[in-house]
Amino acid sequence: MSEFKRISADGEVTISQPTLNGMVTIRADLTDEKTVTAIEQITGMALPSQRKITGDLIRGLAWMSPDELMVFCDDPETMTTQLNSALSGAFLVADVSHARAVFLLQGDGTREVLAKGAPVDLSPEAFTLGDFRRTRMGQVAVAFCMTSQSPDSFGLICFSSVQEFMFEWLVTACKKGSLPAYL
Amino acid sequence: MSHRIEKAGSLIDRSKPKNFTFNGKNLSGFQGDTLASALLANGQTLIGRSFKYHRPRGVVSSGAEEPNALMNIGESPTFEPNQRATTTELFDGLVAKSQNHWPSLEFDIGAINNRFSKFLPAGFYYKTFMYPRWAWKHVFEPIIRNSAGLGNAPQQADADRYEYFYAYVDVLVIGGGSAGLQAAIAAGESGAKVLLLEQTAHAGGRALVDAAGVDPLLKQLKNMANVTIRTRTMGAGIYDHGYVLGYERVSDHKPGSNQLRHRLWRIRAKRIVTATGAIERTLNFSGNDIPGVMLASAVRDYVSLWGVVPGKSTVIVTNNDDAYRTAITLFNSGQKVAAILDARPNGGGPLAQKATALGIRVLNGKAIKKVLGKKSVTGVIVCDQSDENSPAEIILCDCVAMSGGWSPVVHLWSHCGGKLNWDTENAMFVPDKTRPPTNHNGQGFVIAAGAASGALWHNAGLQDAVQAGRQAADEAGFTPSEKVAATAAAQSDSPMLAVWSMPSDASYSLRSKTWLDFQNDVKVSDVQLAAQEGYESVEHTKRYTTLGMATDQGKLSNINGLAVLADSLNADIPDVGTTTFRPPYTPISIGSIAGEARGPLFKPTRKSPIDAWQDANHAVWEPVADWRRPYVYRHSGETTPQAVIREINATRNSLGLLDASTLGKILVKGPDAGKFLDLIYTNMMSTLKQSRCRYGLMCNENGFLFDDGVVVRTGKDEFLCHTTSGGSDNVHAWMEEWLQTEWWDLKVYTANVTEQFAQIAVVGPNARRVLEKLGSLDVSDGALPFMGYTEGKLAGIWARLFRISFSGELSFEIAVPANQGQELWDKLLDAGAEFNITPYGTEALHVMRAEKGFVMIGDETDGTVIPQDLGLGWAVSKKKTDFLGKRAQQRRHMVDQNRKQLVGLYTLDSDYVLPDCCHAVEDGKIIGHVSSSYFSPTLGRSIAMALIKGGAGRMGQILNFVIDGKEVQAKVVDPVFYDKEGARQNV
Amino acid sequence: MLFLTCPNCGVAAEETEFHGGGEAHIKRFSDGSDDKQFTGYLFDKKNPRGVLFERWRHVYGCGQWFHAARCSATLEIFGTYSAQSIEPPEAIIKAVRKKRPDWKAKS
Repeated sequence: MSEFKRISADGEVTISQPTLNGMVTIRADLTDEKTVTAIEQITGMALPSQRKITGDLIRGLAWMSPDELMVFCDDPETMTTQLNSALSGAFLVADVSHARAVFLLQGDGTREVLAKGAPVDLSPEAFTLGDFRRTRMGQVAVAFCMTSQSPDSFGLICFSSVQEFMFEWLVTACKKGSLPAYL
Repeated sequence: MSHRIEKAGSLIDRSKPKNFTFNGKNLSGFQGDTLASALLANGQTLIGRSFKYHRPRGVVSSGAEEPNALMNIGESPTFEPNQRATTTELFDGLVAKSQNHWPSLEFDIGAINNRFSKFLPAGFYYKTFMYPRWAWKHVFEPIIRNSAGLGNAPQQADADRYEYFYAYVDVLVIGGGSAGLQAAIAAGESGAKVLLLEQTAHAGGRALVDAAGVDPLLKQLKNMANVTIRTRTMGAGIYDHGYVLGYERVSDHKPGSNQLRHRLWRIRAKRIVTATGAIERTLNFSGNDIPGVMLASAVRDYVSLWGVVPGKSTVIVTNNDDAYRTAITLFNSGQKVAAILDARPNGGGPLAQKATALGIRVLNGKAIKKVLGKKSVTGVIVCDQSDENSPAEIILCDCVAMSGGWSPVVHLWSHCGGKLNWDTENAMFVPDKTRPPTNHNGQGFVIAAGAASGALWHNAGLQDAVQAGRQAADEAGFTPSEKVAATAAAQSDSPMLAVWSMPSDASYSLRSKTWLDFQNDVKVSDVQLAAQEGYESVEHTKRYTTLGMATDQGKLSNINGLAVLADSLNADIPDVGTTTFRPPYTPISIGSIAGEARGPLFKPTRKSPIDAWQDANHAVWEPVADWRRPYVYRHSGETTPQAVIREINATRNSLGLLDASTLGKILVKGPDAGKFLDLIYTNMMSTLKQSRCRYGLMCNENGFLFDDGVVVRTGKDEFLCHTTSGGSDNVHAWMEEWLQTEWWDLKVYTANVTEQFAQIAVVGPNARRVLEKLGSLDVSDGALPFMGYTEGKLAGIWARLFRISFSGELSFEIAVPANQGQELWDKLLDAGAEFNITPYGTEALHVMRAEKGFVMIGDETDGTVIPQDLGLGWAVSKKKTDFLGKRAQQRRHMVDQNRKQLVGLYTLDSDYVLPDCCHAVEDGKIIGHVSSSYFSPTLGRSIAMALIKGGAGRMGQILNFVIDGKEVQAKVVDPVFYDKEGARQNV
Repeated sequence: MLFLTCPNCGVAAEETEFHGGGEAHIKRFSDGSDDKQFTGYLFDKKNPRGVLFERWRHVYGCGQWFHAARCSATLEIFGTYSAQSIEPPEAIIKAVRKKRPDWKAKS
């Protein structure tokens, strides 16, 4: 099996879709210290603050909503089992690795590619390393984050049923000569 | 005959000729030309025919306000009609054709309308074509459609590409004239992020012609990293809360294949400065639409910017000082100015003195009585402005430059509710700065600057722009710099004179050839007629006469029209008011509105994890909500109905395989999960035992059924809720809505895990045998009874098994992680080969469920159906004190015995399949409709389900259905047509 | 197009990320309510010109519901607040009163 399910390198930005991506959703009371400690211990990552991500979309912990986190990891099955046994009271942990697709975008035009579809201020002043934003890309619900700079690297997730559409959309948005050179 | 002169032309590059065609004729111009300037340079005065009367028309203006010079540009598949020649940049190979004439521009049959114009007054549609009724559709409309209209519709799909771009700025400046640039500097000095949009290819606006240019301003801006200028980008509209659409024409000036043509900027700005300038007004005299009559400023522009003289001998007619600039420009370029007619009895100020000093003939208190010429101007008849019958003089000329004063471009200020004041001195509407449009904080967010705010003179405009820029920066949260100051020499012009009719006592015969709206052919006499007929509201007059309703939205005509209306009504102009200014400022392409959403990107299609296999195996696709699902797998040599029957027979007789991955799957977990589901579903879910399944119904608060599915208790406080394929997102949102907004005390979490799993239904008498072949899991009836649930490894894949059936056969639905769905599918196909395993599509699924009398959400339900109507009362709890829809189902209408209820139908002719939705009729009244109808191969006859008034009490009755005027009869039967005891699934 | 701040994730975003959910603070009537109460709950909505309290969901975002106090005439947003409230909180009422001194809460 190749490392990437899809790849496009002939546009303004390189787009790739890793074949494997582990994701576990956590819904719980994130103001509860015990819960947070358990999550931090098992994931090995600090609880991200509002609209932030610790790490990236390969290994990371993202803030999804006031009572929802997403773990990105290598072994979602073990992660799910461990979290399920460590948390108590009202919570929900589920492996959603297959429900979502991850795209990695790299190149200095990435901000502009994303700004073609997301109603988000993607200027360097407004969107920085560690920011994690749930929004839409055209008509598709997505979340994306910035993972490194120079060249700019972003990760993006969407539901897996629309991964073909999303890839096609991104390839179109990356067409040579189509960036506004504004951001 | 070339109209190009050597001396002037600051925008053109004479070393770069550009070749183009107009109506097939090869012509050439220069880099920097617009199509209009190039046509005028080639002596092409006649450029089109008018909308209604097919009158010859020429270029009037030099910019976005142009009403006449609309062209068909390009050739299929990049053809586009109604493009303004004045805003079309010339490029090599441009193909332009004039519009609205047949057979040719020079000889146009439709021009006969002009002779009958007295029969085509305002509102002629409403007055003339009333009787007989049939004639409208068959006679009048086809004729009118043929003779009216502008460009042609494109014949092919557009080959160009379009995109959006989202931008967030502190200050957006619209307009790149001197005021806009000055405002950008003033705002930018504060450190605010500033974006400036200029609709043309170059900044400068009128300062390029009427002042010393804008180079110093541009130089300052070049050093400001926080200010960006986008040329060829029009501020198209201002909307609520600081939202602006910018329309960038990326490659209109250099067409090529498959490149981005237009970019629609979707901008959010904290403050917006509208520095949109002003537009010169026409004057109302007879024949003011004859080719060669132009705006004075446009004549000046063509000379200065493009080195083109529209005429060899020009008469200037004005009510203000500004037009004298045109005379002086022409004179300095060595052109003949035949006369300046100044309507003011005492003439103008310093500029007039200068013109007189140059030896130009200036006639004060004079008017054009009438323009001479048909397809082009040959001269004017001059009379006193105050007296049509004063001694007349004919002055020969081939161009008339008119100026009726200036109107600030208040469109963008007004789009979102900015209010206007009437400035009597300059006879113009100006933004009322105390009443700007307000944003989400209730603060004004648009600031008009320069000529657009009424500061018409260059110096005053710059001062105003500095203030506007500072104010914008301040209000956007920045500290404006004090060091920005505008410098330009002050001017002193004599006051203009409002002139709405020329001469002031113009008779009807003059007024009926005096055009207000050039594009929609509305004359002074039309507006006066409307007023006479009782149209007092400007909005009504506009619609009755079509004044200002053409693609130029009356940029030249509105104020003149208002003035004529006010005069006819004996009212003041501000009392008559303006019509509403609506975006976009000038038309934008439909492509830019669609953006990238076309072809395969038109709408996202959701695909199952087994989609690729299905696509390769003859799936005939059917959209199911946003998903695509195989309707049937049609083998070669089969018809679609044959394939459906094959799939059903194979499943009922041996083994079928269905991709059910699209079914919604929602995980509900928490100590209160059971309690919550008792509220969401009509039946009791909290009593469901672990590892058991229960069919559940969901109703809204109106009591109406909107989704159904099997609920599985997967743990002590964990449930998996299946929904319909189209319902997963809605149901998940529905659950979250109640949890977050009503029952937030419940300790429950939900997660939509629909796409985590591929779900495959293994259906038929051999279903258990094929699963046994795959190994390890005990799927015997004892271990996994009907409505049971288990999980474990199947064929080496971790799987969840549900023993549920939507076909009435022995059936297992198997959920595996989505990415392993194809693997399981393949293994099932292999293992099932000996049982003739047959993948089936949604149509076979539908037929089999109908044979069993199972309802389908969206077929048997339509948003007005309660479970009791469908005989599903057994799934509505009588014990629970509350669930969504319970109270509504107690309402009088809901317990009416005569509600439409579900029945089965057997047509008397057993081969005849009733059409879906056909009506049952009794005593001339509709008593119900068919909700599902199929040919059942299992029963060898047609079956149908229907919702019929009082259906439960009609068993055995014969009902009449009216189909294409004929009656078809069907007998009411039990809706469970097949295996009522459930013997086939309980094995 | 409106610009709203979601109090749940703190993002200020354009209306296309949100979905309106109608009037807020409607008291639910269920089993045991009389016809008048029940139809009032289902169908009688206030729809005032001026200050209104309404529900929104951040659909293309954190997925959470929230409430907004808004002016239906000018579209001014006085504030957004938690959906887990049965009436507008004091701070919101204060913000409304500051901008609309004449406003009276009608039941």
